[in-house]
Amino acid sequence: MIRVLFFAQLKEQLGCEQLDFPSAGIGNLADLKAALTAQGEQWQPLTQTNLMMAINQEMADLEDSVADRDEVAFFPPVTGG
Amino acid sequence: MLSDKEQLRYARHLLVEHIAEAGQVKLKQAKVVIVGVGGLGCPAALYLTAAGVGELTLIEHDKIELSNLQRQILYKTNHLKRSKVEVAQQQLGATNPEIKINAINQSVFNSNFTSLIQNADVVLDCTDNFKTRYFINQACVDNKVPLVTAAAIAGNGQLMAFNLRDENSPCYACLFPEPEPNEESQAGLNCATAGVISPLLGVMGSLQALETMKLILGQTKSAGKLTSFDAWQLSFSQIGLRKAKSCKCCN
Repeated sequence: MIRVLFFAQLKEQLGCEQLDFPSAGIGNLADLKAALTAQGEQWQPLTQTNLMMAINQEMADLEDSVADRDEVAFFPPVTGG
Repeated sequence: MLSDKEQLRYARHLLVEHIAEAGQVKLKQAKVVIVGVGGLGCPAALYLTAAGVGELTLIEHDKIELSNLQRQILYKTNHLKRSKVEVAQQQLGATNPEIKINAINQSVFNSNFTSLIQNADVVLDCTDNFKTRYFINQACVDNKVPLVTAAAIAGNGQLMAFNLRDENSPCYACLFPEPEPNEESQAGLNCATAGVISPLLGVMGSLQALETMKLILGQTKSAGKLTSFDAWQLSFSQIGLRKAKSCKCCN
C-alpha cells in the first residue's frame, strides 16, 4: 500500500485527509495521480496546475518512482495573508 | 556594540545561547523588508521590531478597513481609513524607538522594489495573492536576497524560508511554477473570499519573524523546507524542497 496525504484546501476539496492506495501497477507519481483521478469526478481537484508533490517528506516530480509503503503527499499552493 | 539601554531592552535575548550579545548586534545591523502589512505582516513586523532588527522597511498601499481589525493586530478602531504603513510605522515606533522604520505607501510593483531590497538581509512576503508572490520571488532570486514567505487561508498555513544567497537554494517558483498566461489560473482564494481564523495569522506571521531572525543569525538549517500548519488538527508537517531543474525563475 502507498500512504497518500492531502494538504491545505485540497483536503477539504477532496473530503479526504489520507488514504492507503494499492501499489500494484503504480510505477511513478504520474501513475499514482492518474489512478487516483480515475476514481471519479470528486477527484478532479488533483488535476489542478501547480500541485506540489512529495515522496517520504521530500519534494518529488511526476517521473519519480513510488514503491509500496512510500508516503506520498500532495500540496496546493496557499495564498492569503 | 549595544548601549546600556539596549542591554536592558534585549536582556532576555542576551541570555539565549544562540543569540547573546553577538547575535543581538547582528540583529541591530540587519535590514529587513516586509511586503504587505496585513494579517501576516502585522505580527511579523511587531516581533521583528520588538526583537531589535535595526532597520525595517514596510511596503503596503492599502488603507485600514473595519474587516481588517479581526486579525491585523497593529490597527485599532480609531485608525479606520488611515494608511496602513503610516499607522504601522507609528505603532512600531512606539514599540521600539531604538530602530529605524521606513514606510513605503505604494504597491510593491510601483515601489522601485529592487533598490529597496538590494541591501536587505531578508525580505518577508506577507502578501495575499500569487501575482505579487511571483514578483517578489523573482526580485529576491535576481538580487540573491533571502526570502521568508508565508500564507494563510481558512485554517491552513504554509511557511517557507529560502536562503537565496546559496545558489543551490530552491525558490518559490521551484515548488509552484508560475502558470503560463494561457493556463487556467489557480483557485484565486484569498482571505476576502475564503475567510481565515484570526490567530492563524499570528502563528504564521510569528514563524516568519522567527525564520527571519534565524537567517540573520546564520541559523539556516530550516531553510529550504515547506512547513504546513493545520489549525484544526493543530499539526505541523514538513517537506524538504529541492531546486527544480525546470524552474524558469532561478536557473
